[in-house]
Amino acid sequence: MSEDGTAGQGSATAGLSELDTGPGRLRNRLDTVDLAASTPADEQPFAELGLKADEYARIKDILGRRPTTAELAMYSVMWSEHCSYKSSKVHLRQFGDLPPSEALLVGIGENAGVVDVGDGYAVTFKVESHNHPSYVEPYQGAATGVGGIVRDILTMGARPIAVMDSLRFGRADAPDTARVLPGVVAGVGGYGNCLGLPNIGGELLFDDCYAGNPLVNALCVGVMRHEDVRLAKAEGVGNKVILFGARTGGDGIGGVSVLASETFDAEGPAKRPAVQVGDPFTEKLLIEACLEIFAQDLVTGIQDLGGAGLSCATSELASAGTGGMHVDLDTVPLRDSTLTPAEILMSESQERMCAIVEPDKVEAFLAVCRKWDVRAAVIGEVTDGDRLTVDWHGERIVDVPPRTVAHEGPVYERPMARPADLDALQADDAARLPRPGTPAELQAHWLAVVSSPDGADKTWVTEQYDRYVRGNTVLAQPDDAGVVRIDEESNRGISLSLDGNGRYARLDPYAGAQLNLAEAYRNVAVSGAKPLAVTNCLNFGSPENPEVMWQFAEAVRGLADGCRELGLPVTGGNVSLYNQTGDVAINPTPVIGVLGVHDDVRTRIPTGWRTTGETVLLLGETRPEFGGSAWASVVHGHLGGKPPAVDLGAERALRNLLTALAGQGLVSSAHDLADGGLAQGLAESALRYGVGARLRLDGDAFTALFSESTARVVLTTSDPGGVKTTAAWAGVPVTELGTTGGEALAVEGLLELPLAELRAAWSATLPALFGGPEHSTPFTVPTGAVPTA
Amino acid sequence: MRIGVITFPGSLDDVDAARAVRLAGGEPVVLWHGDHDLKDVDAVVLPGGFSYGDYLRAGAIAARSPLMQDVVDAAKRGLPVLGICNGFQVLCEAGLLPGALTRNSHLHFRNRDQVLVVERADTTWTTDFTVGQRILIPVKNGEGRYVGSDADLDRLEGEGRVVFRYADGNPNGSSRDIAGVASENGRVVGLMPHPEHAIEELTGPSTDGLGFFTSVLKAVVSA
Repeated sequence: MSEDGTAGQGSATAGLSELDTGPGRLRNRLDTVDLAASTPADEQPFAELGLKADEYARIKDILGRRPTTAELAMYSVMWSEHCSYKSSKVHLRQFGDLPPSEALLVGIGENAGVVDVGDGYAVTFKVESHNHPSYVEPYQGAATGVGGIVRDILTMGARPIAVMDSLRFGRADAPDTARVLPGVVAGVGGYGNCLGLPNIGGELLFDDCYAGNPLVNALCVGVMRHEDVRLAKAEGVGNKVILFGARTGGDGIGGVSVLASETFDAEGPAKRPAVQVGDPFTEKLLIEACLEIFAQDLVTGIQDLGGAGLSCATSELASAGTGGMHVDLDTVPLRDSTLTPAEILMSESQERMCAIVEPDKVEAFLAVCRKWDVRAAVIGEVTDGDRLTVDWHGERIVDVPPRTVAHEGPVYERPMARPADLDALQADDAARLPRPGTPAELQAHWLAVVSSPDGADKTWVTEQYDRYVRGNTVLAQPDDAGVVRIDEESNRGISLSLDGNGRYARLDPYAGAQLNLAEAYRNVAVSGAKPLAVTNCLNFGSPENPEVMWQFAEAVRGLADGCRELGLPVTGGNVSLYNQTGDVAINPTPVIGVLGVHDDVRTRIPTGWRTTGETVLLLGETRPEFGGSAWASVVHGHLGGKPPAVDLGAERALRNLLTALAGQGLVSSAHDLADGGLAQGLAESALRYGVGARLRLDGDAFTALFSESTARVVLTTSDPGGVKTTAAWAGVPVTELGTTGGEALAVEGLLELPLAELRAAWSATLPALFGGPEHSTPFTVPTGAVPTA
Repeated sequence: MRIGVITFPGSLDDVDAARAVRLAGGEPVVLWHGDHDLKDVDAVVLPGGFSYGDYLRAGAIAARSPLMQDVVDAAKRGLPVLGICNGFQVLCEAGLLPGALTRNSHLHFRNRDQVLVVERADTTWTTDFTVGQRILIPVKNGEGRYVGSDADLDRLEGEGRVVFRYADGNPNGSSRDIAGVASENGRVVGLMPHPEHAIEELTGPSTDGLGFFTSVLKAVVSA
């Protein structure tokens, strides 16, 4: 279940004050099922709740009467864009149509897909957006974004083991970015750190198009044994429905849903914050309690409460199960006793879960909850039949077929149109931009790209995240992929990367989605892992704009085709629409996550250069490709032309080579080339441990440094002959660039860029923008200063 | 040798501390905050994390948990105790160590690989180091700024109870770069950095953290 409030619906409503008191003349009475049946003609504020007239008519048709106000509220949130995927569903089917993968244990449709990573281990991972809440209230928006995705992973039966975050903001020097970014970073860190989950990587990028609509995408990954996979379904008549975790409050009403706080009038209840408030301590207890409950095999089904709260959890559990469920709403533990039944049904209070428990296991279940100080209450039971019923003060206020709420919402085939400006945009080729004419200019451009907010050192952010907790983090940002050990005996582990270049997708959404897939795939491969599965978070503008809908459809088609070619399943994902300010949509931003497996994490390949005298090799082919490049953006403020050519065959060959090299132990470092090309890759490799290199760039040095041709990796080795032999076997072109050593990046005959100067520029950018004086002194990695045992 | 690791609600690095004990050659024993049972352990580690969500003050609620009463009594009789990060905060709140940990001066949570200088190599937890040795240990905290009155700090220094100081940069604004302190008898040590995250080449910036655990095992054997 998505929790992203960005999936948007109409504005907030004028009808909320009537929610539980019935329409019109009946407003002082509880709107029960009986009352609804006897007052069929009463008008209801469906439009203000975001429902279209035909959708409202369909609800009446399903129920054979008008819905009660509580039912109307449930349908309105569950049929909202982000809960029902009504605009995206017809396109997302392509992911389900991909060829079956042996690695996929649980596919799309559950809270998160589950992948077999060998030795009886299963891994579940998913990325989800929390964009709009993070703009409104950066700290809590980002924090609860992490909390929500962690519960999705927990719900599958897994222990969450790591998180990642993919962040995009407006221009780095815009005043509002200084408001939003520090809060988002503190929120991601504050929640994840307190949960005890290492943050192993992600992205931080800036672009004007995100100024009024930052993107906060959070990923969580969890691990379990095959037999421990749990599903969200309610089965077994007489089994109890238990709500556990935090008490239900008024926070978050209007988060995901169509109800926003301004609808409360002076006579209505107090204004509620639309953004949920997180309590990571409670979530930590919930995690430990759940894992103990799973270990004792005490549940038959489980679902987290996220967007749309109890409405979603109960209807989805019932819908996926045998269909019948009864809930007595008076038993829900409340933080605020003045909440009305519809508010209880829609509250998005965090840190709550819903379990289906056999009657003879209820006491053991409650005992585990008591041990961990987790509040739990039996709120209902599974019934025979196919109705979801809810009572309040002894009166029936909901009586619906749950499938119609949870799984049979409206589906739209929205009109699509290729953006009218796309031809002109693609014709505006970045190759025509003025290039550096002298070595001094070349050096200046190099520094500019590397010290730009996108290229700069991200330590200011990642220092605020715990990367060590649980003691299994093998690689983390700034490495290309996060690598986590999952078994201390066998050293089996996983590798993850999240990538989403919005500039490429703006120029060509089909290719852009594939380029992001290719980059994430390459990053996982660079760590030495075997890529296994894909998740995605598709951030786009309004689906009601045909040009945005076309971008979305193209990106989905590109991703599906790319996954087919790479032989990877899509295990699930999240769609975030309505990311725009006024009429201006963000660049289409499909953020793609790739999961890989390491049979032995000890063979992982890190990114930085540590050793002097090693040979620097470039794998892959460099072509003059500058469309959407960091160079064009940073130096010229330009976005135009076509993105670099996609070559998934070359990516596959590269992946085979890297896996082989990792196994042979031939490589001491490897770094994927993407944004900023070789210029960025060399700088990051050298700055990591302060080891420079002497390099030769044959041909056009500008193209060599700034082209963003894909399927390329720069690596170091003490056995260049061995690498070349393996590369020839894999069919990957190799170019020898030079030798590591010295305190500069020296390009023969052209320039010598001292690492001190490079580091000063690279590491000063973010502290200067977002840090106080204590952050303005760059901190150098002390490795090397201390002899290790 | 049995080394207990206490789990409070919100403890996070308990699994890491147990792993460190094991890799150093000891037997980790799980201790539960709500039990009055130290299970006859030879030493106790209070791990990092956010016990009770750091509500009230970091470490304040955990310091009053049932098992901590037993730890305080046993420490007074000489039981070796190591408090790491939140565990250090708990020890200060419980009165076993002097001083207090407050919000980092720059107001951010900060995680970095930190050089420490060893100032005492004769506490129960530091005999495998040498005075003046530089060790590389991760630090990660939001409330790690060690403070005390000048008079108290002077006395602490005079008694030689500063065990570690930050070097090459102070990550949180701690007074006099103090990273860790000891009880008068040198058997209770608390520090903000995380030795349990520096025990394997694969996952840590060094293996310097093992020295804490090998030190206490030797002390326990010879006791």
